[in-house]
Amino acid sequence: MTVIKLSSGYNIGVPPGSCTLTEHPVPVNNVQHEVVQNRDLPTLAIVSTGGTIASRIDYRTGSVTSQFNAGDILTAIPELAEVARYRTIPLATILSENMTPSIWQELARAVHAEIKNGAQGIIVTHGTDTMAFSAAALSFMLDTPVPVVFVGSQRSADRPSSDNAMNAVCAAAAATSELGEVVVVMHATTNDDTCSIHRGTRVRKMHSSRRDAFRSLGIAPIGEVEYPSRNVSLAKDAVRRGKRTLAIRDKLDPHCALIQFYPGMSPDLLKAYEGYHGLVIAGTGLGHTSTALIPPLKRLIQSGTLVVMTTQCMNGRVCDRVYDTGRDLLDAGVIEGGDMLPEAALVKLMWVLANEPDKTRAGAMMQEDLKGECMRRSAHGL
Amino acid sequence: MDYKATGLVAGIEIHQQLDTGEKLFCHCPTTLREIAEHNGEFCRYLRATVSEMGEIDRAAQEEMKHDRMFRYYTYDTTCLVENDEEPPAPVNDEALSVCLMIAKMFAMTPVPQVHTMRKLVIDGSNTSGFQRTALIAFNGALPDGGLIETICLEEEAAQRVKDEVFSLDRLGIPLVEITTSPCMHTPEDVQKMAEHIGMVLRSTGKVKRGLGTIRQDVNISIAQGARVEIKGVQELDLIAEVVRREVQRQQSLLAIRDELRKRGASAGAVAGADVTELFKETKSAVLKKAKNIHAVVLKGFAGLVGREIQPERRLGSEMSDYARKCGVGGIFHTDELPAYGVTAGEVALLRTHMHAGEQDCVILVAGANGKQASCAINQVITRAKLALSDKPVPEETRKMLESGSTAYMRPLPGAARMYPETDVLPVLIDDARWNAVVIPELLSEKAQRFAQEYGIDKNYALQLASSEKLPLFYQAVTEGIKPKLAAFSILSTSTELRREGVDMQKIPDQAYLDVWHAVDSGKAAREAIPDLFRSIAAGSTSAEVLAKLAPAVSREELENIVRNIIAERRDFIAQKGKAALGPLMGVVMAEVRGSVDGKVVSEILKKEIDAATTPK
Repeated sequence: MTVIKLSSGYNIGVPPGSCTLTEHPVPVNNVQHEVVQNRDLPTLAIVSTGGTIASRIDYRTGSVTSQFNAGDILTAIPELAEVARYRTIPLATILSENMTPSIWQELARAVHAEIKNGAQGIIVTHGTDTMAFSAAALSFMLDTPVPVVFVGSQRSADRPSSDNAMNAVCAAAAATSELGEVVVVMHATTNDDTCSIHRGTRVRKMHSSRRDAFRSLGIAPIGEVEYPSRNVSLAKDAVRRGKRTLAIRDKLDPHCALIQFYPGMSPDLLKAYEGYHGLVIAGTGLGHTSTALIPPLKRLIQSGTLVVMTTQCMNGRVCDRVYDTGRDLLDAGVIEGGDMLPEAALVKLMWVLANEPDKTRAGAMMQEDLKGECMRRSAHGL
Repeated sequence: MDYKATGLVAGIEIHQQLDTGEKLFCHCPTTLREIAEHNGEFCRYLRATVSEMGEIDRAAQEEMKHDRMFRYYTYDTTCLVENDEEPPAPVNDEALSVCLMIAKMFAMTPVPQVHTMRKLVIDGSNTSGFQRTALIAFNGALPDGGLIETICLEEEAAQRVKDEVFSLDRLGIPLVEITTSPCMHTPEDVQKMAEHIGMVLRSTGKVKRGLGTIRQDVNISIAQGARVEIKGVQELDLIAEVVRREVQRQQSLLAIRDELRKRGASAGAVAGADVTELFKETKSAVLKKAKNIHAVVLKGFAGLVGREIQPERRLGSEMSDYARKCGVGGIFHTDELPAYGVTAGEVALLRTHMHAGEQDCVILVAGANGKQASCAINQVITRAKLALSDKPVPEETRKMLESGSTAYMRPLPGAARMYPETDVLPVLIDDARWNAVVIPELLSEKAQRFAQEYGIDKNYALQLASSEKLPLFYQAVTEGIKPKLAAFSILSTSTELRREGVDMQKIPDQAYLDVWHAVDSGKAAREAIPDLFRSIAAGSTSAEVLAKLAPAVSREELENIVRNIIAERRDFIAQKGKAALGPLMGVVMAEVRGSVDGKVVSEILKKEIDAATTPK
């Protein structure tokens, strides 16, 4: 069908060939927005990986395009100009499900360069589907003295009710705050009144569509931003600005995988992971697979794969010392992943294996807390 | 008035809710709820977004003048789709079928493929900031050569509870929007056309009934005037009055413009000024509360700002509507002052301060802050400039006030308000689907048939045809009940009892049939029907109430009863003569407890009274 826009604004579909193109439209010149930024405000760098902050449908292509210079963003969300001045780095225009470890690395380098270049805070715009993975990846690769804030929108930016503007404004407030770590800033509830600040290694998307999909698991959010006042409050244990010295260790070993165990899972499936350097299992309950999976797991481990157990419960800690299966898994050489989120454990494993050649030492690092991903105490309930 | 001479051109948009099982884009029921039943609430802001063409719609821009936080009430019958927290489900196929049926009844042409659009509405009535709508068919025929331009399938907006609070139960109920061409030229034409379209819609049997389930928007313009869209006319009877008043308003605005020009009036040459200081000691509650009071002089406007342009509305009311868009409560103007606690002294001071002459009008606005007050003053200047311009009737969307006058809502929206709903897939309307659409008999035709077949009065027949109890009527006729009896019970008796407060919903269809059979067989009298219904509505079964009736009496027995009663009341009859019939009727009916037809009683009673009063 050919889509026609009527003068009333309605679109209808008609059979191709039932209408004739008489004239091509005059190409519309994209209006360039020039905005004056306040020199007295701190400088933030906005690194874009997929345009969620200011995007709209391009009628000529039918797809959503992201507009990405400071002018476009400030035109779309004028309140941002009251918080900081901005420079913009378009890194990628991808849907977040197409994110790869190599783009995480590029992102880490870009953020590092911006901080080195004097940015007092970083905002990373990111699709929400895999935002938690990227936030965890940057947490491990970067030591940052300034806030690195991931932000996105659950409801598309082309709707008046989009959460993009409030999330972006709250992200900017967090990025100019006293914070000094990698975080995700998104709606705290369905209301347009508060955003939560989540630690990059403890956050997970817990709903497919709601604004407040992002939740800190195992800990409370490390801060919040009120809207529209933009007041930021930080928890006591949130890492403060300047506490860490800027550093980057951007190596990742992409030969790692994450699998979820389910009843009846065929041991043959593990064959696909032969030759992998690392494997995270999201096991049942306290961290279990079926007994049938233990021999192939043992073979994997003996051939050099580091296997880390996490729990698909998302909340709580792995303990493979309670039941027989667990003990057998430990005997086979599986490493308990503590209370790490499966996704954070995967990213950490990629980072650890790339940075620590010694397997035993690497295994030990998987159980150490590097960036808040492993809590010593299970203090927080569901 | 000779409306044709005014150049009146009018069209209507009819919005009719459909009675489908589920909402248009989610699987919630289409049930309206009591506000008190809400089980949660949340709050949101909305901001205008650019269209595909990169523009912001002017109506949306207007709503953005003032940041507003909207609150929404949720129910156990609403879901994340109404909350704008989940993408919409595919278009409800039942609603689409009803819409196609209506389109076919108007002999319209369906679009080959339906595309759902987002119509930008950021007044809070849609959580998403847009109303989903799809063009389904176009070019329909109306009586007298009228034309329907389009029929669209839309989702209903949320109901405003108060100010910025909305209830989500109504949001998403399917409705059809029927837009006629500007083919009407008198107020009465408009009303008649609305009635006709309403009748066609009800003929489907698939539309919601009751107040608020159908709303008319009226598009009106006169020569030299402008197209104005008046929203939300709920009562059909008011349509003609709304049209008459809009003609009056447009004519008045044209006359005011001419007068202003004659006077050499001007607006906006002098900017607004902060006059907060002047009112430091004021007794006016509104001004005392305000943080910032701004004023502007409208040169040559004196007397015209306060001139009535339609009942209860002045040019000042129009300015006030514009100013409210900035969040202020309204305006004061010197045509109406001193009043509202503002003294003559303060007015004189204000005039001097603003260098206002006799011919000038000074406008005051009271704002919560300087930004709000200056926004409002600028709106007043904008409206005043329009009053002076070549087009003194602005193209506007207006809302109907109770009496039939109207208030400004926002500029007429343009095509820029439409944006494709990317979350809903297009739907094909192929020949097979269109050909399979069966159209029902029109109520008007049905009524004509009833009148002929059953010998019922035409008005009754039309009411009956659109009655929810029509299936019951058919059943009764099939069972051999006299059509007139059934029709009378369903229409008159029920209505009277309902007005009395009887809950007619409690009477099952079978009870109606039982009562009618009893009347037909002579076991119960016609007069007994209201009483029988009252008892059934109060909780008795039809068997119980019918059993309580006195055993049927023969004519001979009845004559004896009547004679006895007359014998006992000789004096009364001697005194009243023929007028004794009424009171005695009641006495006899009480005796026979509804088991005899009142007609027979009255006949016998009349004969016996005659006999008793005629000198022997």
